[in-house]
Amino acid sequence: MEWVQQLINGISLGSIYALIALGYTMVYGIIKLINFAHGDVFMVGSFIGFYSITVFNLGFFPALIISMAACALFGVIIERIAYKRLRNATRIAALITAIGVSLLIEYGVIYIRGAQPEAYPDVFSNRSFAFLGAQISIQSILILSVSVVLMILLQFIVHKTKTGKAMRAVSHDTEAAKLMGINVDNTISATFAIGSALAGAAGVIFGVYYTKIDPLMGVIPGVKAFVAAVLGGIGIIPGAMVGGLVLGVVETVVSALGFSLWRDAAAFVILILILIFRPSGIFGKNTREKV
Amino acid sequence: MKKSKQFWLFIIAAVLVYAVVQFFIANGTMNQFYSNTFIFIAINIILAVSLHLVIGITGQFSIGHAGFLAVGAYISAIVTMKLDLPFIVAIIVGGMVAALAGLIVGIPSLRLKGDYLAIATLGFAEIIRIVFLNIDYVGGAAGMQVSHLTTWTYAFVCLVITIIVIVNFTNSRHGIAAISVRENEIASDAMGINTTYYKVAAFAIGSFFAGVAGALYSHNFYIIQPSQFGFLKSFDILIFVVLGGLGSLSGAVLSAILLTVVSTYLQGYPETRMIIYSLVLILVMLYRPKGLMGTMEITDYFKLWRTPKGGDQHGK
Amino acid sequence: MTMLKVENIDVFYGNIQALRDVSITVNQGEIVSLIGANGAGKSTLLKTLSGLLKPKKGKIEFLDKSISGKQAQSIVKAGISHVPEGRRVFANLTVEENLELGAFLRKDKQGIHQDMQKVYEIFPRLLERKKQHSGTLSGGEQQMLAMGRAIMAKPKLVLLDEPSMGLAPLMVKTIFQVIKDINNEGTTVLLVEQNANMALSVANRGYVIETGRVVLSGSALELQNSEEVKLAYLGGH
Repeated sequence: MEWVQQLINGISLGSIYALIALGYTMVYGIIKLINFAHGDVFMVGSFIGFYSITVFNLGFFPALIISMAACALFGVIIERIAYKRLRNATRIAALITAIGVSLLIEYGVIYIRGAQPEAYPDVFSNRSFAFLGAQISIQSILILSVSVVLMILLQFIVHKTKTGKAMRAVSHDTEAAKLMGINVDNTISATFAIGSALAGAAGVIFGVYYTKIDPLMGVIPGVKAFVAAVLGGIGIIPGAMVGGLVLGVVETVVSALGFSLWRDAAAFVILILILIFRPSGIFGKNTREKV
Repeated sequence: MKKSKQFWLFIIAAVLVYAVVQFFIANGTMNQFYSNTFIFIAINIILAVSLHLVIGITGQFSIGHAGFLAVGAYISAIVTMKLDLPFIVAIIVGGMVAALAGLIVGIPSLRLKGDYLAIATLGFAEIIRIVFLNIDYVGGAAGMQVSHLTTWTYAFVCLVITIIVIVNFTNSRHGIAAISVRENEIASDAMGINTTYYKVAAFAIGSFFAGVAGALYSHNFYIIQPSQFGFLKSFDILIFVVLGGLGSLSGAVLSAILLTVVSTYLQGYPETRMIIYSLVLILVMLYRPKGLMGTMEITDYFKLWRTPKGGDQHGK
Repeated sequence: MTMLKVENIDVFYGNIQALRDVSITVNQGEIVSLIGANGAGKSTLLKTLSGLLKPKKGKIEFLDKSISGKQAQSIVKAGISHVPEGRRVFANLTVEENLELGAFLRKDKQGIHQDMQKVYEIFPRLLERKKQHSGTLSGGEQQMLAMGRAIMAKPKLVLLDEPSMGLAPLMVKTIFQVIKDINNEGTTVLLVEQNANMALSVANRGYVIETGRVVLSGSALELQNSEEVKLAYLGGH
């Protein structure tokens, strides 16, 4: 039953993509910016988790929470310093600034601590159990549960809280949102905080699951998470979750079929196909640009 | 009349620059390091100017230029190393195959705009890289041995041809149409301009010269590897264009020269180099989003200087 | 008692001047209409009052406090609600969520609940559709929702921008009846309309705006009888 095993691997990878993709999609939904630095927030989150566990001897959950909180703050700082001024700038200027921020974080981290990778410590026992003939580690179940809990929490925040409603209102019509008395700046910052916290959580989960982390680890998962967001329909939260899972499973299948070197290409082929044939994504409605 | 006068001035200046550098290389005043830097500057200018045509003139936001560079680099290397054909053939074939790749990328660009196009081009570049990574014929991840054939003469001649072609294209009827696509695609379409044609043409021409640069690039090293053509390389080229001023050819040239020199000096400190790069990028976008030169050309500044301070001769 | 006092304001879009030296007043309990052609600057004036645009010159006072240049949210807090042109309901949110956002700055849960019931009483259609995404509503229903959303803020002054635009005649009647009703309950209304007939029929006073200036003002009756207004806006002879 190797396929069950692969499917579970794929879902685990996919849930990491999904957590990152949520931040992309929320930020894009609200300020139409592809936040290239989002993958690097994921990297920073992974390192914060690593140091929390190794230096401060914390367990997985405290490390996860610290990483999420620190990344939320980090995301807000990035937004306030770099992106806030760009609200009325051209899309090109915004995208290039985001690329600049991304490079700055990556090489800033390398400058501070060097480029060498780290090995995440084992925080869970390596026990596993048999299910439908596949060996499933307790670890992968825990990781999956954490991702699912976070996504449910996000759904709750977005749909049931005042901030969540404000976020949806601002992403639909910023000016009308102002007329409701919504503080648009704070709402955008809240979006960055939530998205970045999810990326931080993804970073810790990634570290625990794949064990090796390094300062450039965010680049490829970052771009792939963006692919996942586009796949699901950018700006649509459930779309990002489904897009992430689909991408994770497809990549794992491509690897399992023996094309592991082509794995990375799969994501980009999906991206281009979806952009050409259904640019609004699986869940999106097609809209045409007007004059 | 005036255009052709400018043209000959440019040719004379180019010959002078070439002769001076060639003289110092020939008599040994300039060692390998410096001559290499000059070749590298020429290659980077070709890349910057070719991307300038796509982004600056036609307004198509392509951030995967390294993909075309890779095509030129690998194809030309195959031509010289595997087929034993002369370097000049390799340069032309490298350019042509890259142009073909540009056409393939350009066609989906008909449907995409702005951010989406940007991400798609990034994806294409990455696919190109992964394809080379998976072809054993060109060495896979280990890379491919390439003879050192690029000389200052080759690099400079290619550079001059690139600039002449792109300046002529920009100033022609086609160029004006391309600029109208940049300014307002829907309106251009409504005016009967075949926007599709100009977008694809810009992609193809830009990719051709990126391929030429690729040929020069691969034959300036002893080995090429897929990892040299990743996101970072694309961003490097993008930075030349953006920093110089989107829409300014001389801006792209100047920033390519400046950044190549700076990064050559910072070669030993790659992190510092990237930190400076990214800070400059962020600061320029926040405080001068049009880039250093905006859409102005160097020649515009000369005209400004010639205008007396009263300035009321303007337009006469 | 004067509720809103606008004195000599100039407003620009970039380099283009949209309002020149505009002064108006709105008294407590009134319905005041701004009439004028498309592009005359009526919507610009409302946007300036609600803080979406900043005046370059001049003063705006609301209940004797200056509000010129203040952020939109503090103006909402002060008691001005703006129902924008084209409704601008949040299509991706349900009807109920739209109404909740109308009360975004209020903290009194009890009062919010009561006002929501009140809105549903005024517009029973909204109650039927409360779980529906507002993007699926008809134009008239969206106008009801936009007005309901404004009522939820418990405003002292409502700014209404073209509430009749694109609506069927019967729906226009309903909307105008509601405008009179909320006015009777004590809310002051500043109404922008191209349908000058309709606007002046419910208003106490009015201002005529042309190319960014106030060119005429007076009681609704005076304006209805003015030859200029008849000729330009009422389609009479």
